[in-house]
Amino acid sequence: MDILVVLEDSQGSLHRLSKEAIVGAQQLGGSIAALAIGDNASEISNVLSSYDISEIITVEDELVSTYNADGYTEVVKQVIEKESPKIIVAGHTYQTRDFMPRVSAHLNIPFIPDIVSLSDKGFVKQVLNAKLNATISSNREQIILSFQSAAFNEENIQSGSCSSRYFDVILDASMIRSTSEKPFQESLGDVDLESAELLVSIGRGIEKEENIPLAFDLAEVLGAEVSASRPVVDSGWVDSFRQVGSSGCNVAPKLYFSLGISGAIQHVVGMKGAKNILAINKDKDAPIFEIADYAVIGDILEIIPKLIESLKNQ
Amino acid sequence: MKIAVLIKQVPGSESALPLNDKQTWVDESSVTYVMNPPDNFALEEALLIQEKVDDVEVVVVSMGPARVQKVIREGLAKGADRGIHLEENEEVETDPLSIAKKFSDVLKEENFDLIFSGLQSDDTGMGQTGVLIGEILGMSTATLAIETKLEKDQIKIKRELESGWFQWVTLPFPASISIQSGLNTPRYPSLKGIMGAKKKEIKSVLQELNTDQSQNIDNIFVPQTSKQTEIIETDADAAVDRIIEILKSEIKVF
Ligand SMILES: Cc1cc2nc3c(=O)[nH]c(=O)nc-3n(C[C@H](O)[C@H](O)[C@H](O)COP(=O)(O)OP(=O)(O)OC[C@H]3O[C@@H](n4cnc5c(N)ncnc54)[C@H](O)[C@@H]3O)c2cc1C
Ligand SMILES: Nc1ncnc2c1ncn2[C@@H]1O[C@H](COP(=O)(O)O)[C@@H](O)[C@H]1O
Repeated sequence: MDILVVLEDSQGSLHRLSKEAIVGAQQLGGSIAALAIGDNASEISNVLSSYDISEIITVEDELVSTYNADGYTEVVKQVIEKESPKIIVAGHTYQTRDFMPRVSAHLNIPFIPDIVSLSDKGFVKQVLNAKLNATISSNREQIILSFQSAAFNEENIQSGSCSSRYFDVILDASMIRSTSEKPFQESLGDVDLESAELLVSIGRGIEKEENIPLAFDLAEVLGAEVSASRPVVDSGWVDSFRQVGSSGCNVAPKLYFSLGISGAIQHVVGMKGAKNILAINKDKDAPIFEIADYAVIGDILEIIPKLIESLKNQ
Repeated sequence: MKIAVLIKQVPGSESALPLNDKQTWVDESSVTYVMNPPDNFALEEALLIQEKVDDVEVVVVSMGPARVQKVIREGLAKGADRGIHLEENEEVETDPLSIAKKFSDVLKEENFDLIFSGLQSDDTGMGQTGVLIGEILGMSTATLAIETKLEKDQIKIKRELESGWFQWVTLPFPASISIQSGLNTPRYPSLKGIMGAKKKEIKSVLQELNTDQSQNIDNIFVPQTSKQTEIIETDADAAVDRIIEILKSEIKVF
């Protein structure tokens, strides 16, 4: 095989980014095998049976019935050692972030993470807070790649057929050094951001806690809810249920009014489904402007008070 | 107990980022640098452990040119006991495997019980260095900690998963853990701390130029946008008028 796609089980179904990773693999070209691990491996391999890949490899073992980093690392390592794929790909998920570096260290294979596109010269990745892109290449025989969310469109998956087989791994309990408990969800707040029509969203550009009421005042005159980027939540300026992004909620309002948010990918994945994005940022190169419908270059601390005044006078 | 905290110096989020002549990285001379934000949380977590437990030594470690001594000093001013500087005189290494090998060589002898790193650096964003080092040194490893609980001979961490899910993981010592931002409130150095930091030791270990990168940044460039965006760049009053028009007649929020 040329390419090994490591799939992710997302509570019994195939993770969206795994599908995108298959599209990425198809674009790279060559024979593709997909690896499904754990209790749901056979269900997941069923989903893949109509895709144009060479084969699905399933691994089932009680030590990797659910995800744990040490077990997964060992499985992926043994598959790579046995099958010698040239390229190992996965979606750039939290799980990939967790175990792929271990595989990289153990097998001494470079891991080029979070790729946004392929170019004829290499792999394109965002750097410097997404303000610039870098082309990365490797002179090694084997490489590991992970693809950023939406780097490839799952609708472009090529269909066909594929065979499947089991792969026997040799695992013993001593390989699992750390104990992982069952994942849990923390209680959410009483505001339902995910169904909000209008959102006023605050980023670190609000500068200090004393300025937070500005955003709530604006939200009030607009009849909007308030959401925020991670640093605003981290600073304790608003409640954590208001966080939008990969570790917060996914929102899709009619209006996402972004105030002083730079537009990092982890934030953008949570709001790019908004129908209209109106962003104010004082930096004309802020990445948020790449996805905004309306880009206001200016100082929120100057504009918002005036905007509230004018709206009140309407 | 000995804790190492890896702190990287990175361009601040508001720094100018002009490309260098070869377009392989930014022109360092016009950049303003800061401590990588998640590393600041990692350092605070180590300092909180030091306050709670007897006999904890906190060592801040950074790799880069002479300029990175500034973030090492900042760590010492906040309360770290000593610093280690992996000094680069020529090119700044960006290949994670090479970086991790260099760190492992220097840190091996120290036998740290814990290594804390940030989950990701703001400049290259590789998101793997702390785990690579841990694995090379045979430590247990974990990522994305948003809470830590020290226990006897082990550490329990709450890991952040996707979309509001979490998980507790227990790791035996020695362990290398990458820290997610927001798990504490990083302190500012006190005046006394800043004065005291001047007397603390920073050991410099000169790094040799590596010519065998496993991956390499060949060039950097400004991303192109595909979306049709209306750019509104005027004074505040005119911007307010236009925003109201958009809200009213285009998005129709009222
Ligand atoms: C695994 C992982 C998960 C993450 N999860 C999330 C998540 O769920 N949600 C999330 O938001 N982030 C998340 N992040 C963090 C994310 O990478 C960014 O660091 C974060 O989104 C940046 O927030 P910000 O835009 O508010 O701050 P900054 O990046 O600091 O941007 C502030 C912006 O405000 C502008 N500004 C400053 N002052 C003014 C002013 N007076 N007027 C106008 N503009 C001004 C600046 O030009 C800048 O663009 C995650 C990161 C990782 C690695
Ligand atoms: N040159 C460096 N100096 C100090 N720490 C570093 C360096 N490179 C990476 N790190 C640490 O590793 C973490 C992850 O970096 P990265 O893998 O580049 O995203 C950072 O948050 C730092 O804690």
